Amino acid sequence: MSIRDRMSGNEAVAYAMKQVIPDVMGAFPITPSTEIPQYFSDYIANGEVDTEFVAVESEHSAMSVCMGASAAGARAVTATSSAGLAYMWELLYVVSSARLPVTMAVVNRALTGPININNDHSDSMGARDSGWIQIYAETNQEVYDNFIQGIVIAEKCRLPVMICQDGFITSHGVSNIELVEDDKVSKFVGEYAPENYLLKHENPLAVGPYGVSPYYMEVKRQQAQAMKDSMPVIKQTAEKFCEMTDRDYGFFEEYMMDDADVALVVIGSSAGTAKEAVDRLRAENKKVGMIKLRVFRPFPRIPLSRAMCKVKAVAIMDKAESFSNSGGPLFNEARNSLYDLSGKPYAINYIYGLGGRDITVEDFYDIFQDLYVIYYTDDPGDVYRYVGVRDSRFPDAVDLGRENDNDI
Amino acid sequence: MTYNSETYKYDLKREVEKDERLAGGHRLCAGCGAGIAVRGVLRALEPGDKAVITNATSCLEVSTFMYPYTAYEDSYIHSAFENAGAVTSGVETAYRVLKKKGKIKDNFKFIAFGGDGGTYDIGLQSLSGAMERGHDMVYVCYDNEAYMNTGIQRSSATPRFADATTTPVGSCSPGKIQNKKNLTEIIAAHNIPYLAQTTPFGNFRDLHEKARKALYTEGPAFLNILAPCPRGWRYEAEDFAEICRLAVDTCVWPLYEVDHGKWKLTYEPKKKLPVEDFLSRQGRFRHMFRKGNEWMIEETQQYIDAQWNRLLRAVNTGKDV
Repeated sequence: MSIRDRMSGNEAVAYAMKQVIPDVMGAFPITPSTEIPQYFSDYIANGEVDTEFVAVESEHSAMSVCMGASAAGARAVTATSSAGLAYMWELLYVVSSARLPVTMAVVNRALTGPININNDHSDSMGARDSGWIQIYAETNQEVYDNFIQGIVIAEKCRLPVMICQDGFITSHGVSNIELVEDDKVSKFVGEYAPENYLLKHENPLAVGPYGVSPYYMEVKRQQAQAMKDSMPVIKQTAEKFCEMTDRDYGFFEEYMMDDADVALVVIGSSAGTAKEAVDRLRAENKKVGMIKLRVFRPFPRIPLSRAMCKVKAVAIMDKAESFSNSGGPLFNEARNSLYDLSGKPYAINYIYGLGGRDITVEDFYDIFQDLYVIYYTDDPGDVYRYVGVRDSRFPDAVDLGRENDNDI
Repeated sequence: MTYNSETYKYDLKREVEKDERLAGGHRLCAGCGAGIAVRGVLRALEPGDKAVITNATSCLEVSTFMYPYTAYEDSYIHSAFENAGAVTSGVETAYRVLKKKGKIKDNFKFIAFGGDGGTYDIGLQSLSGAMERGHDMVYVCYDNEAYMNTGIQRSSATPRFADATTTPVGSCSPGKIQNKKNLTEIIAAHNIPYLAQTTPFGNFRDLHEKARKALYTEGPAFLNILAPCPRGWRYEAEDFAEICRLAVDTCVWPLYEVDHGKWKLTYEPKKKLPVEDFLSRQGRFRHMFRKGNEWMIEETQQYIDAQWNRLLRAVNTGKDV
């Protein structure tokens, strides 16, 4: 019997971390992920888990500790957010190229500039090319489930994994959750038993060489192949998890897509808000749908493009700006995936929710209305749009009902 | 095992007959102090003991582990420039956990090597964290007093007046303006069980005994090894040993240790030589001997004397400098 409880997303991921019994956790506090190492330290203090917690002096050292521990043959985990993830940047590449299965709970928060503690996806989206698998969650339940699956995926693929959730929205929001029993989780993740590791006395190992030009490119190609090969592993792991819990996960979730005219593609907790807008429009007999992307790395290019091709116009929602003058990171990859298909939909980008800016059911409702304009007129207009921005100098600015706030 | 100075007797002949743990054929320059420092430290390991060696990005790293070859007989990990302290922390923590869980039976030692760039400068935070947390490891700085891997740029370990490529001597520049940072004292302030300054000098006894103590003292230990660089310091390869000796005999690089809080000189020059004897053998200080630049030598001598006297006070009073 699974265990019913109420937990914040941070507690849920810390609980999952405890159940997978890591050997080493190296972490440094940063809002909003701080609670994860706090909960975990409590578990250790109370003898609930025998992990060694290394209270490092920075996130750079947190990732370095995880690298050293993982290379030495230990199951290593960490948690971070925002600037902490940015500070790990250099090591993200080092860890993935060394093919070390470190699992990291990322509690998404805006990157500083200006400083802001609230949610958007600029931190992990900035790390999208670092060779880490990235799995996002809508709810506390999903982040818990994803973390347990993440351990299996990482260790099978020998690739590091980020398990992402939205800062404050799920990390601090308490909701009902179904936990898996400890023994079932143990059995599901198994023991970490690498073939080679630093502490294997009969066969010393050297990690992190100078990769001269005749070898460097092969290393990168192998990483790319490993990312490609992780697709079936992610799928099989989800299937196995479903057998255990009856909770079904794919690369993405389709909501009301089968007969939809127009649809949204969205990542993370905003999918819950978007579903509400879908339900409302469905009640008005509007055929709208939604795709919630769970796995961003590897990018499920082919299945996602097929799902998007079910509609005539799709809004691709980015909770991160990439300052490329051609839309956010999800937009660029999702739109790219449509290129080779005939009968592809119009694809419109909406940048939303930066630095914790609210997105409401009404906002999604309006976006669906925009999509219907395109649906009927065949005129996509400007495909690079903002939602919820407040500045009259921008064509997509909205009036938030305040006076004189354009001067802010 | 633990180190016992009463029963241990150094024998150079026996030491050099041990199997090498840093194989020949690596790509370090002739007359480089880094390889000599590494071999000197690794020789202090008991032959049956295993080690995991961490390296900060450095000349040493790019010269000894170029895929698909490694010069190390032991397990080895390189990650980045500034994190050797933290990476070693991770390896050592994994060892403790896996040993506790019965997955590992052997005894391992953990040794990190970084240059002065990776230790005095960019890696100082990571090193400080590792020392403060108390990991059972030895961090070895091979100090060649500049960023040699990128081409002799100044570091905080570069001494005043040295000609480095980012503090070049010119008509408006006397070389580096600032004095050398005293990293050994900074690490002493971490109150770790054992730390020392040494250099490959004489019959290597000083380096060997300190490495042995560092390796076999439980908890964090730190060795700061002056390791001259023929390219950066501009000397002939065969002068290496002489330059190390002069660094010690001029008190530019005093040999001392702090063993469980007790400051001790491990070598006192019979006759303290003038600093010119050390400076004049190196191209990086050549401009100090030009007419009109006498003040540079005078000020260097004053500084070295003041530092030496501070150290003597610490040794004589048993108190921190």
